[in-house]
Amino acid sequence: MITLEQVSKTFAARSGPVRALDQVSLEVQQGEIYGVIGRSGAGKSTLIRTVNMLERPDSGTVTVDGVDLTGLGAAELRRARQGIGMIFQQFNLLESRTVRGNVELALEIAGVDRAARRARSGEILELVGLTDRAHARVFELSGGQKQRVGIARALAADPKVLLSDEATSALDPETTASILGLLRELNRELGLTILLITHEMDVVKTLCDSAALMRDGRIVEHGRLDDIVLRTDSVMSRDLFPLGELPEPRGTAIIEITFVGLASEEPVISRLARTHELDVSLLGAAIETIHGRQTGRTRLELSGSAAQIDAAVADLQGQGLTVNRVREAA
Amino acid sequence: MIDSSDPDFWPDLFATVWKATGETLYQVGWTLLLTAILGVIVGTLLVVTDKGGMLERPLGSRALGRTINVVLQLIVNLGRSIPFIILMIALIPFTRLILGTAFGVTAAIVPLTVAAVPFFARIVEMSLREVAPGLLEAGSSLGATRWQLVSKVLLPEALPGLILGFTTTAVSVVNFSAIVGTIGGGGLGDVAMRYGYQRYSTEYIVVVIIVLVAIVACIQALGGWMSNRMRRGGTPSARSAAEVPPA
Repeated sequence: MITLEQVSKTFAARSGPVRALDQVSLEVQQGEIYGVIGRSGAGKSTLIRTVNMLERPDSGTVTVDGVDLTGLGAAELRRARQGIGMIFQQFNLLESRTVRGNVELALEIAGVDRAARRARSGEILELVGLTDRAHARVFELSGGQKQRVGIARALAADPKVLLSDEATSALDPETTASILGLLRELNRELGLTILLITHEMDVVKTLCDSAALMRDGRIVEHGRLDDIVLRTDSVMSRDLFPLGELPEPRGTAIIEITFVGLASEEPVISRLARTHELDVSLLGAAIETIHGRQTGRTRLELSGSAAQIDAAVADLQGQGLTVNRVREAA
Repeated sequence: MIDSSDPDFWPDLFATVWKATGETLYQVGWTLLLTAILGVIVGTLLVVTDKGGMLERPLGSRALGRTINVVLQLIVNLGRSIPFIILMIALIPFTRLILGTAFGVTAAIVPLTVAAVPFFARIVEMSLREVAPGLLEAGSSLGATRWQLVSKVLLPEALPGLILGFTTTAVSVVNFSAIVGTIGGGGLGDVAMRYGYQRYSTEYIVVVIIVLVAIVACIQALGGWMSNRMRRGGTPSARSAAEVPPA
């Protein structure tokens, strides 16, 4: 649905040129929620802004819904933008208009007539749960309500794609959760494709189907979240399950087991100890709810012969667990 | 010196001042109408043709945008830096050219407008620059044309500030209108000059002052009320801007 190919963008700063995007390629499937995570200054904001050409890339192509936006003229680009909604960290609502007026702005721009605007704005405000606030002024709203208006405005002209530029970063955790819930709902009910950028791993793990990590203008890793959680070599996965530093080598083996959909690791540990007669100590564990499923990672230290450990690992893998051998026994 | 004990003194005074007030309001009214239109156009052009503005390259030419911007900046700066009394005299040939006469109540509208437009254009420019860039981005992301961005986002969002700025401009125009009165522009300035200055009538001066103060107070009150109504619960800093004393 969204394809970026070899997109580069350099800004001129006082200290010299800054390469905000360096040959970035990205593919977002239809109906998917795709999160780009990175620290501030990593280039993610520039990245999302190239998708609707608020920022024109120096090179590379941006294709949305089969149309290469980099090749469009001004009028065609405006039409294409009507098919790409966008929400912002600072909401960017017009104080001069009511809630309904903000939503209708999108429809006025799209050339929808008055009666149809009325009908559509009512419909979309109901969808985001703001029917009773239609006539409120923007300054009367809470942050969460403002973002709901932002979402309603972005979706009023019925776009296929929604871009979210740190949409929950200015909100408290509870409000963030309710906005993320709304986005998930819209994704499911409308088949909306969502590309979001964030600096919060929480947003990625509660909402995203796929994710990419950006650093210094590049995408350093990306993939389906279900796959990422199973990879111990992944930076994102390490951020999801922070287990701390490895201890000093002391002749023992260290393994990491990643569980998906299991509530407890207890039977595993006792099984290692009982069946394989290993000494097991727990070095660290982290559990997260990802896509509504309990997902966790445990780091275990095993003392025993190499053969015992091999057998134990094979046994765990046989049970469908993902096991990574972080350090071999000396 | 006029004899204030003359039974016709007060009726004459009120008739004169009444007529002069009408002239002043007519003059100020037309000047403000023209100033509002031209000031918004010039002020908007100053912002949109500036670097990073949406009309940075009109017809695809950065040079054209830059030229428009520089020329307008120059005109506005020039207009703002020439004292009104000198500008008024300098404009006599120009006024005669477009109206056929350089003196009188109507003719004075020309120098008044020429003085007020740069003043108001600068205020328009400042108000528009205060509109958060994110709002224009939001408009762009919805596929707005440049005209839609100006008419649906930029100007409406700046409106409370524009009204306050226009109020300040209006008070200045009343002030300037009194000055043109002294060189044949009619109105309250003319009355103050002829009766107060040349014939030493304190009564005339006092009544003229009372009327001018009343006009300014009405303008200020109306402007403040409209701006607040529009802003409804706006920021304190925006409200204090209404207290800027007249120029």
